[in-house]
Amino acid sequence: MDERTGFLLFSAIALVGALNVVLRRNPVHAVLWLVGSFLGVAGIFLTLGSGLLAAIQVMVYAGAIMVLFLFVILLLNLETPRFEGISLARGASLFASAATGLLLLWPFVSDRSLQAPATPAVNLPVTAANVGMTLFQRFAVPFEIVSLVLLVAMVGAIHVARRPRRDEPA
Amino acid sequence: MVPQSWYLLLSAALFTLGVAGFAARRNSLVMFMSVELMLNAANVAFVACARAHEPVRGTVYALFVIAIAASEVAVGLALVLALFRLKRTVNADEIRELRA
Repeated sequence: MDERTGFLLFSAIALVGALNVVLRRNPVHAVLWLVGSFLGVAGIFLTLGSGLLAAIQVMVYAGAIMVLFLFVILLLNLETPRFEGISLARGASLFASAATGLLLLWPFVSDRSLQAPATPAVNLPVTAANVGMTLFQRFAVPFEIVSLVLLVAMVGAIHVARRPRRDEPA
Repeated sequence: MVPQSWYLLLSAALFTLGVAGFAARRNSLVMFMSVELMLNAANVAFVACARAHEPVRGTVYALFVIAIAASEVAVGLALVLALFRLKRTVNADEIRELRA
């Protein structure tokens, strides 16, 4: 499968998934479509020549994070969602997001160099070994900071979500 | 070869869908999912732009974005759980205690 076919296929998957996330009323359906969208983005990473990132995308995003979403939806045990209605505020927000999309198109009008095919750089291939070396040499300090952020987020999440004890105010 | 602009257009489309979902939906869980969509769009742009210069660095940046997204989801879902315990709703319009 050449790059063009792969790109068209996977971007169609990603976009249809994303559209259904926004449009589905039932949050469980939205999560499942989001998994589909993430798999499409993983395929895009594959066509970009980064198989490592595609694997991590499938494992961390489509696996771990989406399971977290599903667990929370199951815990909440929501009633069947009703139609949220179309209000003036919602129309305005849709208009604002359309304006954002148009703003994101500006580089394609102003920068003609983007039209050229992207030739892959030849210096370092994206292998797990090269990514690891870059991560632990050039980016060692950011890596440690991110690991600390993850730890703090985990402790904070446990503290926030934990049921308050009887003797303390909610 | 696929032009770089195609990847950036895909990224822009995904980001716009995320913005639309975040702005228009009132279910706070779906709003979080829209944020995930936006982060994914940023990842696509990172990797696509890095390909012509330093592909390894683009992958490293995307890994950082994924780690930040994971911690954001953990804290955000904990907040949604705590709010639901307090208010019995996840509708963002019905949570207005901080409104002046």
